[in-house]
Amino acid sequence: MPLVLAEGIQKNFGSLEVLKGVDLRVEEGEVVAIIGRSGSGKSTLLRIINGLETFDAGILSIDGERRTGLEKDLRPLRLKVGMVFQQFNLFPHLTAGENVMLAPREVKKLSQRAVRELAEETLSKVGLADKFKAYPDQLSGGQQQRVAIARALAMRPKALLCDEITSALDPELVGEVLDVVQRLAAEGMTLIMVTHEMRFARNVGNKLIFMHQGKVHEEGDPRELFAHPKTPELASFTSAIQ
Amino acid sequence: MISFSLWDIVRHLCVGAAWTAGLSLVAFALGGAAGLGVLFARISPRRRLSAPAKAYIEFFQDTPLLMQLFLIFFGFGLLGLDISPLLTAAIGLTLFTSAYLAEIWRGCVEAIPKGQWEASDCLAMSSLQRMRFVILPQALRTAIPPTVGFSVQVVKGTAVTSIIGFMEITKTGSMIANATFKPLLVYALAAVFYFIICFPLSALARRVERRLHAACAR
Repeated sequence: MPLVLAEGIQKNFGSLEVLKGVDLRVEEGEVVAIIGRSGSGKSTLLRIINGLETFDAGILSIDGERRTGLEKDLRPLRLKVGMVFQQFNLFPHLTAGENVMLAPREVKKLSQRAVRELAEETLSKVGLADKFKAYPDQLSGGQQQRVAIARALAMRPKALLCDEITSALDPELVGEVLDVVQRLAAEGMTLIMVTHEMRFARNVGNKLIFMHQGKVHEEGDPRELFAHPKTPELASFTSAIQ
Repeated sequence: MISFSLWDIVRHLCVGAAWTAGLSLVAFALGGAAGLGVLFARISPRRRLSAPAKAYIEFFQDTPLLMQLFLIFFGFGLLGLDISPLLTAAIGLTLFTSAYLAEIWRGCVEAIPKGQWEASDCLAMSSLQRMRFVILPQALRTAIPPTVGFSVQVVKGTAVTSIIGFMEITKTGSMIANATFKPLLVYALAAVFYFIICFPLSALARRVERRLHAACAR
C-alpha cells in the first residue's frame, strides 16, 4: 500500500487548468523529488496532498485513507503529513523551542516534560540544540528553515512535504538545510520535495518526477533520467538549469 | 435664582466628568469583550456566523450613534420597559464600541501573513488553537495603537448621550449654561475636562505606536 496515491488529479484556478490529471505514487521511505518550470503545477500538487488546496477531480489517498477533497476537518490528515515551506513560516513571537513545542503540547496534549524533551531532541537533530531560546529574527535563514524542519518532525509525521525549502536562502546557507534533509532521508523518512536543487534530487532522491504543463511528463530513477532524458522538455529543462 | 460661582461650575462638571469616564470605561470594557465575539463571528468561514456579524458592524458604523441611542431608548419604551438614560447610554455605547473594535481587530487579524495560518494548519491545529496561539498574539501588537486611539472616540461619543438626558459632562454643562447664561465659559471648561481625559489616551496611543515601529525596525 503506497503512502501517497494520486490518480488523475485535476485542479483549476478559475479557467486556468493547473493540474491536468496527475498520477503520483509514493511508497513509505521513498524520497521523491518533483522538478519542473515555475507554473508547471508542482507546488500545487504538493499543497493538494496535505489539503492546503482542494482538487477538482481524481482520486487521492493518504496512508490508505481516501480523500474526497471536501473534508471539513483535515487535522487527521495533517497529523500524518508534515510540511516545510519556502518562507519558513516560523511563528515570530515564539522562540525556536516554543515553535517546536506548541503543536505537540496543544494538539497532541503531551506533557510539558515530554514536549520539552521532544523539542530538544528534534532541535539537536537539525543541529540547533543551542538555539532553543532564540527568536526567529535572531536566526539566519538556514537556521530558521532547520527550526521549521524540527517543528514539522516533532509531530512525528509519516511523510514530510518540502516546498522549495532552499529557494529563499542565500546560496551559502543552502547546504546546511540540504544536509539535514539528506540525514532524514538516510533515516528512512518519506520525503516529497519540490526542488530546484538538481544535484540533490539526483544524489538523494529515489524517484524523480518531472512536471510539465500540469502533468507528470517523465518519472523514474533520478540518475537515469538526468543522464538520459526521454523527452526534449526534460532535456532542455536540465540543460537550462545546469 | 441660584447663583453659581466658578468653583460651583467646576464642581458640577467634575461630577459630570466622573460619569463620562465611568460610562466610557464600561462601554470600552464590555464593548471590547463583545467585540471579540463579533470578531470571531466576522472572520468565521461559516457564512451563518460571518454574515450577521458583518451586518451588525455595518449597522453600527453607518448610522449615527444618536439614532442608535434613540432606537434603544424608545424601543424599550415601546416594549413597555422603562429604561433609564444611564442604561440606554451604557447599552448603546457598548454596542457601538463592539462593532468598531471588531472591525479594527479584523484588519489586524487579516494582516497576519497567510503563511502563519498555513503553518498552523499544517501542524494540525484547530482554528481556535490557531487563533489563540499564533494569530491573536501577533495581531495584538498591531491592534494596540488603533484600539487605544479608538478609546478617545468612545469618550467623545459619550457627549451624544446628553441628548437622551444622561448627566455626563455635556448635559451638566448645558444645564449650568442655561442657569448662568455663561455658555462660552461653561462649555470651554467642559472642553477642558474632555481634553484632560482624552489627551493621555491619545498620547499613550502615539507612544505605543512609536515603540512598535521601533520594535519592527529591530
